[in-house]
Amino acid sequence: MSSSAVEERPAPPASPARRWLLLVVAVVVWAALYRLNGLFWDWLLYDVIGLDRSTRVADSIHFFFYDVTKIALLLTGVIFAVTVLRSFMSVERTRALLGGRREGIGNVAAAGLGVVTPFCSCSAVPAFIGFVAAGVPLGVTLSFLIASPLVNEVAIVLLFGLFGWKITALYIAGGMVIAIFAGALLGRMRLERWVEPFVFETRLRGKLVDPSASLTWDDRLTMGREEVVSILRRIWPYVLVGIGLGAVIHGWVPADWFAAHASSGWWGVPIAVGVGVPLYANAAGVLPLVEALHSKGLPMGTVLAFMMSVVALSLPEMILLRRVLKPQLIATYVGVVAASILLTGYLFNAII
Amino acid sequence: MDIKILGSGCAKCQSLEAATREAVAGLDLEAEFEKVTDPVDIASWGVMATPALVIDDQVVVSGRVLSVDEVRQLLSTR
Repeated sequence: MSSSAVEERPAPPASPARRWLLLVVAVVVWAALYRLNGLFWDWLLYDVIGLDRSTRVADSIHFFFYDVTKIALLLTGVIFAVTVLRSFMSVERTRALLGGRREGIGNVAAAGLGVVTPFCSCSAVPAFIGFVAAGVPLGVTLSFLIASPLVNEVAIVLLFGLFGWKITALYIAGGMVIAIFAGALLGRMRLERWVEPFVFETRLRGKLVDPSASLTWDDRLTMGREEVVSILRRIWPYVLVGIGLGAVIHGWVPADWFAAHASSGWWGVPIAVGVGVPLYANAAGVLPLVEALHSKGLPMGTVLAFMMSVVALSLPEMILLRRVLKPQLIATYVGVVAASILLTGYLFNAII
Repeated sequence: MDIKILGSGCAKCQSLEAATREAVAGLDLEAEFEKVTDPVDIASWGVMATPALVIDDQVVVSGRVLSVDEVRQLLSTR
């Protein structure tokens, strides 16, 4: 077998000064691009190409390019920063922290750790078994599994970029409360009988490896870079479709259409949750759509409930969890989480 | 040498396998590869984050893709 390009590339020079200098340059370039985004598309589309600002087509096209650039920049910056910070945490460390906790305080800790621990829902089953077999209570484990996708970095960045920090803070608080409350409630319901029995009997062989240990700064920065590439590669179709739909709504649905037709009814939130639960997409695909719907008068609580139900509950994850949970427990889990999101949606509509 | 790649077939598991195969080939080692994709089997190794690499029944890394160099170091220090 011949050696590949990856292998032949010399190891990066181990000069700390150079590494930090590169990082600073990258941050400055990023900030400049973010600042110039709107000006650039104004200039290119209106001044150079000569689109007529007042037409719907031009409005949609401008919205599309401006938003794609903005979201790509936000995602790049935040995924990088979050991955580097999270490289100090690991699922193993989280489990150790949750090991001795009782329910209640354990649910709060699990929800918080669900936000900061690097975790992919593709590892939901091994993590579930690892937690439960190590004696972490079921409700506490579920708090972790709810918080992790619900309050994720992609959602936070996009909310911040599109709606500002107040809505973002509200979303984070709402997501944490849902994870704590739903996990605590499910724990109280004593559902252990609906967990496949082998989970409790699983013997964990093998010595524990903490992936966060023994990493150098170069490792952490490399992980950040690789994560940006890997996530963007995975989610870009969702982002383009989401922004495309958003652009169409932006240009063609009359302003306040939803305010006139849909916002007064109590049924707005249940419909949002009912549509959102089976829908499988990620925050990056849903948020541009959410922004467009909101700009046409759909209330904030309703759109946030929609977004929460899309990211928190996904069919593929439920199918994976079926290996360790009986259908009754999955149904109860979905029901409790959906009901919590419903209440949160009403609450947000009432206070915003 | 017995090498297992733990992971449910995601892109990262494939990169880890590719890096490991390349390192093994580069060092002229004899190794048997096995892919462990069943989440319950993965959990029984005590692994909670995939992909993970098991060499001779010992978990050497989990939750992270290693570079070819890193795998080579792991292999040559054994």
